[in-house]
Amino acid sequence: MNDIGTSAVQSTWLLNVVNVVAILVFVVGSAAFTTWVERRMLGIWQDRYGPNRVGPFGVLQVLADMIKLLWKEDWVPSFADKFVFVVAPTIAMFVVVAAFAVVPVAPGIGVVDLNVGLLFFLAMTSLGVYAVMFGAYASDNKYALLGGLRAAAQMVSYEVFMGLSLMGVVMLTGTFNLREIVHAQEDGWFFIPQFIGMVIFFIAGIAESHRTPFDLPEAEHELTAGFHTEYSGMKFGMFFIGEYVSVLLTAAMMTVLFFGGWLGPTWGFLAYIPPVFWFLLKAGILVLLMILIRGSLPRPRYDQLMAFGWKAMLPLAMVNLLITAVVVLL
Amino acid sequence: MCFHQAVPRDRRSNAINNKELKIGVEMQATAFNILFYFTAAVAVLSSIIMITRYNAVHALLYLIVSSLSMAIIFYLLGAPFAATLEVIIYAGAIMILFVFVVMMLNLGQKAVEQEKLWLQPKVWILPSVLVFALLFVLLGAMQGTGVSQQVNLVSAKQVGITLFGPYLLVVELASFLLLAGLIGAYHIARSPDARAGGTARQHDIDQNVDRVGGNQEQGGQA
Repeated sequence: MNDIGTSAVQSTWLLNVVNVVAILVFVVGSAAFTTWVERRMLGIWQDRYGPNRVGPFGVLQVLADMIKLLWKEDWVPSFADKFVFVVAPTIAMFVVVAAFAVVPVAPGIGVVDLNVGLLFFLAMTSLGVYAVMFGAYASDNKYALLGGLRAAAQMVSYEVFMGLSLMGVVMLTGTFNLREIVHAQEDGWFFIPQFIGMVIFFIAGIAESHRTPFDLPEAEHELTAGFHTEYSGMKFGMFFIGEYVSVLLTAAMMTVLFFGGWLGPTWGFLAYIPPVFWFLLKAGILVLLMILIRGSLPRPRYDQLMAFGWKAMLPLAMVNLLITAVVVLL
Repeated sequence: MCFHQAVPRDRRSNAINNKELKIGVEMQATAFNILFYFTAAVAVLSSIIMITRYNAVHALLYLIVSSLSMAIIFYLLGAPFAATLEVIIYAGAIMILFVFVVMMLNLGQKAVEQEKLWLQPKVWILPSVLVFALLFVLLGAMQGTGVSQQVNLVSAKQVGITLFGPYLLVVELASFLLLAGLIGAYHIARSPDARAGGTARQHDIDQNVDRVGGNQEQGGQA
């Protein structure tokens, strides 16, 4: 009996390890793949080809880029604060990958089932600001510093209503557990009752991963490359991949919170398709939507960006919260 | 972090076999202890390193590590809600403002020299004595009670009920304090001529001149 018990413990351990490694590899791999998808799709939408030379349809472009980044001189400027300079890209990568730990991909697939999963996600996104700020500070470069200040102000502001927009979902389900939130959507996905919340979360998610139109921290026409001006080689690569992991994270969290996670249609042959397929399909469509937004919207001015956040998004999030509370009470 | 989570789940599934349950719980207790002492050591060490740094940003980095390990300790002691709030509010918001200010001050080598001058060994004598006195008090207090292994899970709901039940007055007072801080910051950040009692109208006109471009764009959209 004892033997069976320990072997059962071992097998769950093994399953956990497989889960962790598989999700980590898949997330980082698909983040790298997304860089190709983005360039290719932007090309198609702008009536050109995009990267199409390396491998079939240019898929191996990612590998070529990676080889290029790895062979570049990993240069740390002599005037930089070396310790902080090295730590910053590590934080950028760590926080987004760590946040993926709470994402419930499908029944049985997912690293950890936390009771405060949603709050853990918010905690990790709020730590993401450090990567940008420390990178900017350590570079000791005017452009980097300006980019870092912008990033800090932008991310701290957009974080406020990112949290508020999710509280509507929490009110409807009464839990912070992401798996339970998915199960609560079996009768209907939350993007209908929480439409305002979804839109606000989507905007805040784009702002948190500082992508166009919220890429003021690295606006190349005025700040060279913003906070990562001084970074090269794989340290730059970590910032770069970190941004794409953050895009995937936003898409995954939207899928979980508003689009029913792994839940799919239950009629006919569609019921036999594994749930993980539905999750990936939904998240993939959202990633494509984010790429389309990048391809079609211009950058606002910086004060417009902040005013939009505090004067439009925050009141809207509050109103959404109020309406949801009234509906839940009645 | 997963060990702690696993406790209730195991209790449910393994209830058939008491022996297994006992072994599982014992294993988890040891793992829990190891995790607790490890995080506590990290917290103490990073706090010590934090106060001995000459460079303000490095000090902040260790302070962040310290508050993160405090969050893990909260989690291990059965308060996951407090743990995440510690990260979101302390590590994720307050410390960011600290870093922001330090970045704006642009402290260079000169500030580091200054810190070196201030933090001479003899400065440490009195604080060390006081800290040791505190340590003895703590040891004395722990002699009697003994640290309980029983983890009492506090959910977010319980925290909410306590905050808006018996402690409602304290919450309201804290919000007063925050509002006062907000108004103070707003007052300081107003432009100087408006603060000097100059006509508010003049100030508005100045602002409009500054933002002519922005207004035109907004007008176009409307």
